[in-house]
Amino acid sequence: MNIEVSRRHFMKLAGAGAAGSAVAAFGFGAAEAQVAAHVKPFRLVGTKEARTICPYCAVSCGMMVFAAPNKDNNGKLEVTHIEGDSDHPVNRGTLCPKGAAAIDYIRSKTRVQYPMYRKPGTNQFERVSWDFAMDRIAKLVKEDRDANWIEKNKDGVTVNRCTTMAFLAGSSLTNEGGWLTYKVARGLGLLQIENQARI
Amino acid sequence: MTNSWTDIGNADVVWIMGGNAAEAHPCGFKWVTEAKHNRGAKLMVVDPRFTRSAAVADHYAPIRPGTDIAFLSGVVNYLLSNDKIHKEYVRHYTNAAYLVKEEYGFSDGLFSGYNEEKRNYDRSSWEYQMGADGYAVRDMTLEDPRCVFQLMKKHFTPYTPEMVSRISGTPQDKFLKVCEWVASTANGERAMTIMYALGWTQHSHGAQNIRTAAMIQLLCGNIGVPGGGVNALRGHSNVQGITDVGTLTAAIPGYLALPIDSEPTLESHLAKRTFKPLQANQTSYWQNYRKFYVSFLKSYFGAKATPENQFGYDWLPKLDVAYDCLRMFETMYQGKTNGLICQGFNPLMAIAHKNKSVAGLSKLKFLVSIDPIETDTARFWENHGEFNDVDPAKIQTEVFMLPVTTFAEEDGSLTNSSRCIMWKERAADPYFESKTDSQILADLFVRIRKLYEKDGGKGVEPLLAIDWSYKDPLEPTPDELLKELNGKALVDLKDAEGKVVRAAGQQLASFGEMRDDGSTDGSMWIYTGVYGPGGNLSQRRDNSDPSGLGVYGNWGFSWPANRRVQYNRASADPEGKPWSERKKYMFWNGQRWSGPDVPDYVPTIPPERATGPFIMNPEGVSRLWVRGMMTDGPFPVHYEPFESPVANPLFPKIKGNPAARVFKGDMEVFGDAKDFPIVATTYRLVEHFHYWTKGVHMNAVMQPEFFVEISEQLAKEKGIKHGGWVKVWSHRGSVKGKAVVTKRIKPVKVDGKTVHYIGCPLNFGFIGEAKKASPINSLTPPVGDANAQTPEYKAFLVDIEPISGPVA
Repeated sequence: MNIEVSRRHFMKLAGAGAAGSAVAAFGFGAAEAQVAAHVKPFRLVGTKEARTICPYCAVSCGMMVFAAPNKDNNGKLEVTHIEGDSDHPVNRGTLCPKGAAAIDYIRSKTRVQYPMYRKPGTNQFERVSWDFAMDRIAKLVKEDRDANWIEKNKDGVTVNRCTTMAFLAGSSLTNEGGWLTYKVARGLGLLQIENQARI
Repeated sequence: MTNSWTDIGNADVVWIMGGNAAEAHPCGFKWVTEAKHNRGAKLMVVDPRFTRSAAVADHYAPIRPGTDIAFLSGVVNYLLSNDKIHKEYVRHYTNAAYLVKEEYGFSDGLFSGYNEEKRNYDRSSWEYQMGADGYAVRDMTLEDPRCVFQLMKKHFTPYTPEMVSRISGTPQDKFLKVCEWVASTANGERAMTIMYALGWTQHSHGAQNIRTAAMIQLLCGNIGVPGGGVNALRGHSNVQGITDVGTLTAAIPGYLALPIDSEPTLESHLAKRTFKPLQANQTSYWQNYRKFYVSFLKSYFGAKATPENQFGYDWLPKLDVAYDCLRMFETMYQGKTNGLICQGFNPLMAIAHKNKSVAGLSKLKFLVSIDPIETDTARFWENHGEFNDVDPAKIQTEVFMLPVTTFAEEDGSLTNSSRCIMWKERAADPYFESKTDSQILADLFVRIRKLYEKDGGKGVEPLLAIDWSYKDPLEPTPDELLKELNGKALVDLKDAEGKVVRAAGQQLASFGEMRDDGSTDGSMWIYTGVYGPGGNLSQRRDNSDPSGLGVYGNWGFSWPANRRVQYNRASADPEGKPWSERKKYMFWNGQRWSGPDVPDYVPTIPPERATGPFIMNPEGVSRLWVRGMMTDGPFPVHYEPFESPVANPLFPKIKGNPAARVFKGDMEVFGDAKDFPIVATTYRLVEHFHYWTKGVHMNAVMQPEFFVEISEQLAKEKGIKHGGWVKVWSHRGSVKGKAVVTKRIKPVKVDGKTVHYIGCPLNFGFIGEAKKASPINSLTPPVGDANAQTPEYKAFLVDIEPISGPVA
């Protein structure tokens, strides 16, 4: 694709040049190099394509996402382009103003980059390590669960529950992530579990 | 959805009400366009605003927010009183013929059994008359005065075109045109689809809105047929799948129930759920509940679940009360909740009565936000002036924001509103330090379990009983998890003759293979088959459509059993023949049920057995009468919203839905029409998705700020200029924004009185790139639907005045 595009551009430019200058006399070699130097490669060159699904509404449109390694970021694969999946029977390649702009969601200015922590009573978030955050959350959950665990109700029925913590599950999560969320939240004995289905 | 997005292309009439697909679901709306273009389908839109869906409709009728039941009941009355129903369908496929107990009654807007103090019903009189043979009594002539059909005729009589117009403000001619178009499909030759969304659910009577729509479709014979159905367009990309997996207070995956305190043993839980058929020869598929429940327990607790310990039933938490979102925030407000984890959820924006939400969040010990972008909730403790006026020093909550991958940085499956499970591939590496939700939750769970193993604590046994035998406990893969949802044989499964039909360790091909003796597992029966012996079918990408009916049977996997149109046995008459050649779909070919879809029926049961097409119901037929299954009545009734500009024209003494729950202290936060004469409704914009895209540059550029949509008449009355600033306030809070004066909204005449209403887009807040605004839920009332507890965001009272704008 890249070669084809630059050659087409080249022929156009070289033709224009040949009419009014001495470029033709030198052959095309040098001109081709010159032209190639300022022709922008086709934007999907060197990208990896993946078929995914739009994160927004429940039409769940098919998307083609293209990503390329970023030299300035240890070769990490970063999304460079998104378009509708023309093979998808529901959206047939179209996207709405939300889906079409989804690349700006991935690189949103308010994207959370690192685990962040706000101490009680303070006025800012500070960057912390994953280990710090997860250890602290695990400790807080255990403390609260131990303090408020109900093994039996007043009639002596085994109820094994904890009503002092709540979990709001996201509805853009995958089914697999959702199932694991269920396992963890219910596994802790929580009853206050909801997702966006009700609102 | 009962049907699918692509099936909308088969409709002859498309009715959009309680939704605005052209703007909220643009790429799904294309199937409406297809139906119009390819088959000359008519589109009608009933909405308080002249939306973009209305702009391309063949007929538009305005309606006052919160009066949908009056309108829909008017349609029911029209169909019944003009005899415009699909009679054979109604007689054979609905419970129209069932006789209701003599004790049942309805007067002054209340059904028999009402308890005013408790605001609820004793529903025992809403049941069928039972015969000596143990089956419900029917009168197939539909003439017995106690039969559902006759009770229905009587119940809906008051909803005349005059009354509909008096309540809803819809001009009679516009209402009647809707009735005529609906009636044009009551014949098996033509089909109508109904498309709805939050415009129907976000009311104190939301579930009854949808139920009334279902009744209309049943009267017309539009359920189970191509181009028919009652189709919930739904919100988030995987709200269907996440609802399926049961992250809801009272749920177990696949619409099974969490135990409650009065069910101390597994048997006591199952004994309430025998689903004994109410007629001879009925499938009553929920009779298999026990198999699905035990398979779930086997999956959840693994080898630790044995017949001796009731498959681990005691380890499940038992529900004392249902903690829906509104109760969750009420509990938090009372200071009874210490920790909250929000995963891709921004409740400060999403829950009613924002000031109450902030007060509740401030009482937490800790809050964790697992979201790719910063949310208003994660920064609830931060002062944003008039938009979030709090003092951080006084808020002692520890807050965490954990970076998580976006949709493009993980793989796994999603289920769209057509119930189709589809796989997506990971496209890019995780952004900065983000991890997937599964990695974060697995890490947290493993850490917590280690703490308990090391230090002990309360409730250790149930916590350690959860099966966690993933190859890498810190990173369960989507492949492992989907297999777990599907289920497998734990021993060799044999048929009656002793032949092995499924070898130990093999994935199950269908939920029909599940057993109740612990020999199968599977976390969610409705997904069984998606990852059977043939592999991961959610990855199928064959977009061929041999029938030309938009079935796409080899694209992904639609639950249940890869069925695309639910109840599709009803597309044929009782003898198994298509109702018409034009609407031919599933039919009896002499040996079995065939057609382009997977039959929603046992494929070999012949028509003469008279097994009903609604196989999940013990009746075998659908329910025009819902017995005691809804909290607020076996039939719908027009109740005004809790905040209403008029007294209920039919039942003036009743305020709101008499069976809706109102928390102590919340009755006082309702405003009345004397102080708040204007009706407000909320909606979303095509450029935004909820409270999410205000943090997305392009969308913030396209729709940068909050505004209030008002009619020219109201603008004139209040001296408001297009583009000028206004303040809108309710009894709970206020918001400010620019006015958009438009012809899209017009005042309506209600019970002889002019009622103004305004529209407020819901997409703005104080975090993100769009201009800061007070959340729209600063205004909304904390009362929910009597059945689903979905908050009443679509009709409440406010006042409005022009103000001078902020100094630039």
